[in-house]
Amino acid sequence: MNMTLRALLGATALLTLAGLASAETTITVATVNNGDMVRMQGLMDDFYAKNPDIKVEWVTLEENVLRQNVTTDIATGGGQYDVMTIGTYEVPIWGKQGWLASLNDLPADYDAADILPAIAGGLTVDGNLLAAPFYGESSMVMYRKDLMEAAGLTMPDAPTWADIEAAAKAMTNRDAEINGICLRGKAGWGENMAFLTAMSNSFGARWFDENWVAQFDQPEWKATLDFYLNLMTNYGPAGASNNGFNENLTLFQQGKCGMWIDATVAASFVTGKDSTVADKVGFALAPDNGLGKRGNWLWAWSLAIPKSSQKQEAAKAFINWATNKDYLALVASKEGWANVPPGTRTSLYANPEYAKVPFAKMTLDSINSADPTKPTVKPVPYVGVQFVAIPEFAGMATSVGELFSAALAGQKTADEALAEAQTLVADEMTSAGYTK
Amino acid sequence: MARSVSTRRKLFFTVAAWSVALLIFFPVLWTILTSFKTEASAVASPPELLGADWTLQNYSDVWARSDYPRFFMNSVIISIGSTLLGLLIAIPAAWSMAFVPGNKTKDLLMWMLSTKMMPAAAVLIPMYLIFQKTGLFDTRTGLVLALMLMNLPVIIWMLYTYFKEIPGEILEAARMDGASLKNEVLYILTPMAIPGIASTMLLNIILAWNEAFWTITLTTVNAAPLSAFIASFSAPQGLFYAKLSAASTMAIAPILIMGWFGQKQLVRGLTFGAVK
Repeated sequence: MNMTLRALLGATALLTLAGLASAETTITVATVNNGDMVRMQGLMDDFYAKNPDIKVEWVTLEENVLRQNVTTDIATGGGQYDVMTIGTYEVPIWGKQGWLASLNDLPADYDAADILPAIAGGLTVDGNLLAAPFYGESSMVMYRKDLMEAAGLTMPDAPTWADIEAAAKAMTNRDAEINGICLRGKAGWGENMAFLTAMSNSFGARWFDENWVAQFDQPEWKATLDFYLNLMTNYGPAGASNNGFNENLTLFQQGKCGMWIDATVAASFVTGKDSTVADKVGFALAPDNGLGKRGNWLWAWSLAIPKSSQKQEAAKAFINWATNKDYLALVASKEGWANVPPGTRTSLYANPEYAKVPFAKMTLDSINSADPTKPTVKPVPYVGVQFVAIPEFAGMATSVGELFSAALAGQKTADEALAEAQTLVADEMTSAGYTK
Repeated sequence: MARSVSTRRKLFFTVAAWSVALLIFFPVLWTILTSFKTEASAVASPPELLGADWTLQNYSDVWARSDYPRFFMNSVIISIGSTLLGLLIAIPAAWSMAFVPGNKTKDLLMWMLSTKMMPAAAVLIPMYLIFQKTGLFDTRTGLVLALMLMNLPVIIWMLYTYFKEIPGEILEAARMDGASLKNEVLYILTPMAIPGIASTMLLNIILAWNEAFWTITLTTVNAAPLSAFIASFSAPQGLFYAKLSAASTMAIAPILIMGWFGQKQLVRGLTFGAVK
């Protein structure tokens, strides 16, 4: 009887252990809807084969909705998401709040040293890698080679703003519905202000001086805005104050833009199957003004683990898989090198197969030429190229974006927009306690 | 002569009514048409109609990428559940306000309606925390409760308006015949107010079905309804309008069909008591 009892107890213990061993951990991943993320969801069989005890549930949301949901969750310590897709703007802010788990202890084969230094710099806080880049991007000039040739011009690999203006003037043909240049005009911190802040860096402007004093009353910002408004008024499309990334993409794909300066990720779209000018597109670095800084930005959609997640190990296993070098090879084997998430790893750009992708080198050069820790000519107290990594920035920049968009629409002069921006930002910074 | 003027007026109002109806319906129609175009055709300028590239690929892509039946079932349960629960609370509340009004009834009604004037985002953090702590986050029960509370003022107001149209003498007669309060509400009031209750129900199902703030904020995977399904097809970079339109069409089709079949009841209920 005693033996039977022991045997029964032993069997129960074994069954319990077996049950525990086969217990599945489900992690929830919040992400945005873009081609690279959708592709990853289609390749999950590989992850499940390597991690049979982890199940991944996806929550795919529009960018702004995602930002609101993950911010609410992480700020309240909700723990609803185990992996969050966040941008380079959130990482330094959330990192300082202590909301993100360190990824320094990813396995050795993850090879964190292989991450592009410019990208890794924006995702590291106090020596801790807090988010693993899934894809990185900068901005560059995309131009119509055929129109440039017809105008008798050649686009330098590293143009100046004067080159851009000359090219825009030469390519504009209103009768043929061709605009010399298409740029963002839609108000928003991630829309026109991403472009204008990056552009202002090349004009030597800055959002704040070393003491967090607003700088919109300085001549550099006036030069930036005047140049932008002149360019867009004379050579840009009608209704440009409503145009963001997608609107300009549509115009360019339909052959209605001679040039477009925007995210490097657009290169695959303008040379893709939906583009009517796919074989006529050339690439160049974002323009400069000879001051040592180019007007390009730096952004990475990255995967991070909130400290509130109860499934840290499973979340790390997923991030390791999704952002490892092996994942890039997996995408290449299934969908070709042109579809590999760009802008994250040095080894990708050393790969001769990837070097054949037409926009690979220009993307790398653009990313490498942006430095989030020294974004502009003069010293600044903040991190971020096309943004200022402080929590107040998104709201302030959207308001400033509305003023600049109104100037583009002809509802304000450049001087009025800048004066209002200066007052608005100065007041906001005083209210937030940065200045007295 | 008088007949001719009348016909002309009738024609004018018919044309005007159709024009307004078409204007209101046009965005829905355009969404449906866009859902059958290729991505390139969907954003073509000038917009393409006859010469567009028509395809069913968007529906196939959307179906393949998402678990539509799960989102759909969540929408059905949440919208019907919150409406029925709301009616259960609102019928006795509206009865008491309509037939046994107190000094403060009007103030109470205004106060209830005023809660609808507050932007939802103002209570985001408290609601989020309450749902977290009580285990209601990402559950259908949680959303049924949230949407019921959100729509309750509208339900009570609508029912109150309908009940006010019912002569109190009929209820009084029932009471004199010995009907209990329960029987009075169940067997006298409710059958007489069926058109009003039906239209309230239909309107609230539509409101709950289309609600997109709380249903997206308070869910992740398990209880996410069709509003979250639509949100997953919007993209910051790249062309997505055709797929987004397909997802939107799939999300609105059930409620559109329900509204079509229920329009007689809906119009009857909404105009109840409007003209005496």
